[in-house]
Amino acid sequence: MNYGSYVVMQDINFRVQPGQVFVIMGGSGCGKSTLLKYLIGLKPVEKGDIYYHGRSFSKASEDEKEQVQRSFGVLYQGGALWSTRTLAENVALPLEEYTKLSDHEIRELTSLKLSLVGLKGFEDFYPSEISGGMRKRAGLARAMSLDPEILFFDEPSAGLDPISSRRLDDLILRLRDSLGTTLVVVTHELASIFAIADTAIFLDAETKRMLVQGDPKELVKEGKSDPKVRTFLLRGQSGEESK
Amino acid sequence: MRSVVESEGAPAAFAKVSLQEKEATIALGGTWNLKGSVRPKSATTLNEVQSADGITRVRCVGQDLGTWDSSLLLFLSEVDEWCQAHQIALDLHDLPEGVGSLIALAKAVPEAETKSRHAGHVSFLYQLGAWAIGQSSAFTAAATFIGECVLSLMRIATGKGKVDWRLFWLTMQESGFQALPIVGLISFLTGLILAFVASIQLRQFGAGIYVANLVAVAMAREMGAIMTGVIMAGRTGAAFAAQIGSMKVSEEIDALDTLAISPMDFLVSPRVVALFLMMPLLGFYSDLLGIAGGAVVGLGVLHITLLQYWNQTVGSMGLEDIITGVVKSGVFGVIVALTGCQRGMNCQNNAAAVGNAATSAVVLAITWIVASDAIIDVVLDVLKL
Repeated sequence: MNYGSYVVMQDINFRVQPGQVFVIMGGSGCGKSTLLKYLIGLKPVEKGDIYYHGRSFSKASEDEKEQVQRSFGVLYQGGALWSTRTLAENVALPLEEYTKLSDHEIRELTSLKLSLVGLKGFEDFYPSEISGGMRKRAGLARAMSLDPEILFFDEPSAGLDPISSRRLDDLILRLRDSLGTTLVVVTHELASIFAIADTAIFLDAETKRMLVQGDPKELVKEGKSDPKVRTFLLRGQSGEESK
Repeated sequence: MRSVVESEGAPAAFAKVSLQEKEATIALGGTWNLKGSVRPKSATTLNEVQSADGITRVRCVGQDLGTWDSSLLLFLSEVDEWCQAHQIALDLHDLPEGVGSLIALAKAVPEAETKSRHAGHVSFLYQLGAWAIGQSSAFTAAATFIGECVLSLMRIATGKGKVDWRLFWLTMQESGFQALPIVGLISFLTGLILAFVASIQLRQFGAGIYVANLVAVAMAREMGAIMTGVIMAGRTGAAFAAQIGSMKVSEEIDALDTLAISPMDFLVSPRVVALFLMMPLLGFYSDLLGIAGGAVVGLGVLHITLLQYWNQTVGSMGLEDIITGVVKSGVFGVIVALTGCQRGMNCQNNAAAVGNAATSAVVLAITWIVASDAIIDVVLDVLKL
């Protein structure tokens, strides 16, 4: 992973199981969001490869790539809602493009998706008229609109109060449990990591490498992972201090 | 969404109704796929339920349910709404756990009581009144902005204002030197067109030589300043509106405010002064290029010598013509800078508003350039200048 000649991260190798909540964690500036951009196809892979269902994503033709991307849902850091469209129109656009649903069905489904994220009644609001947390939830409703197989989250808890953050974590788990969706979450929020992650990887900005892969609840135990990972998971405290 | 891919041979989604005394059972089965074409309609199913009298309970069972996605949730939420409207109990316990969980989640937060966005019929008088109020507010905002700008310039002149000097020099460069190619090209072509049109008429009277007079006076007094103003409105005014508008959206203006640094001093005044200083130079440059364009027609079409054209140009133009054009350019520079900055500062907090701010800055600047040009001409005529 690189920006021009500047290498952000190298030697990354991991596998995500279907129906899993997979967390990419690491300190600020370690390349978490950049890795996400590679995973969703926003940045072309120059060295190495990404596989979905055993098929190469980076070597796929444009049509094949689009096909795979249609099975993705992405929640961007700030929601990334289209400012000229209402919340309902934001959620409806993928349905209008890629399904044969009638206008009435799209309206009903849009309303259902917004109610899943607690935004029923805000269908006609524009993104500029709602709070940051609501924008994020509306972004999630849009990401879920086509029932994606894989949902990617870029810092879902960033900028949210603890209660909203907890609710979002609950929603993520319900989506996993109810729909069997695979969730890939980029975050450095420890509470979220421990609450939702089945498996996590840690990216280290210093060595520019992935240090470890495993369940964060196990990784935090002494002797189970790299000291750097433990320090991160213990908010900078050493193992002794935390005792 | 166990799987949204409808595999070949997978049983199609179905909803079968069976009625027993006061209970209706809806047996759901098959593959429910949002992207598939065959799905049971809730209205058809509910019509069957409604056909039986005295139903007090609807039970949904999903023993034959294959893969499912939001299309099943949509179906069930419509059944749920219907049951609530008819005060009939709905039992979803015999469906897979995830289905009930998501329906419960959708109902967990009650619908927000938001003000309806669908405006009813609005009379013409109401619209006229709203337009008038809008125009009045816009005028007040513009007047306030000009006032604030004057106060800001006074603060800067007395050394009390904090100015971003780097921005000042950068604006001088961007609106001065970097604008030379486009201003030069447009002015040259304007002079050429003026001369060409004039030559067609004047040649009929054997007065082709006077093309030089017409081009010189027109460029110096009017066209040089106007064309420069229009180009700078589209080029620099729009950029000012977009730059400041983006800063507003990303709360950079608020950050200045909280540091007690006036955005007018820091962002607006440097731009206004830079453009006020550069525009007269650009206007004069435009005059020269326009005259050069006219000379091309004079030499090429009318076969006038370069010396004749030059003598005719110098003889027809007084210093007052050049000063008039230069002063106008300065005024137009202030108009372009003020409209661009004002639209940017009044920009709303979203990306679309930045585009609107840039568009309205250009339109408003061009309108005021033409209007102020007319006013200046009338005043000069009255003063016999």
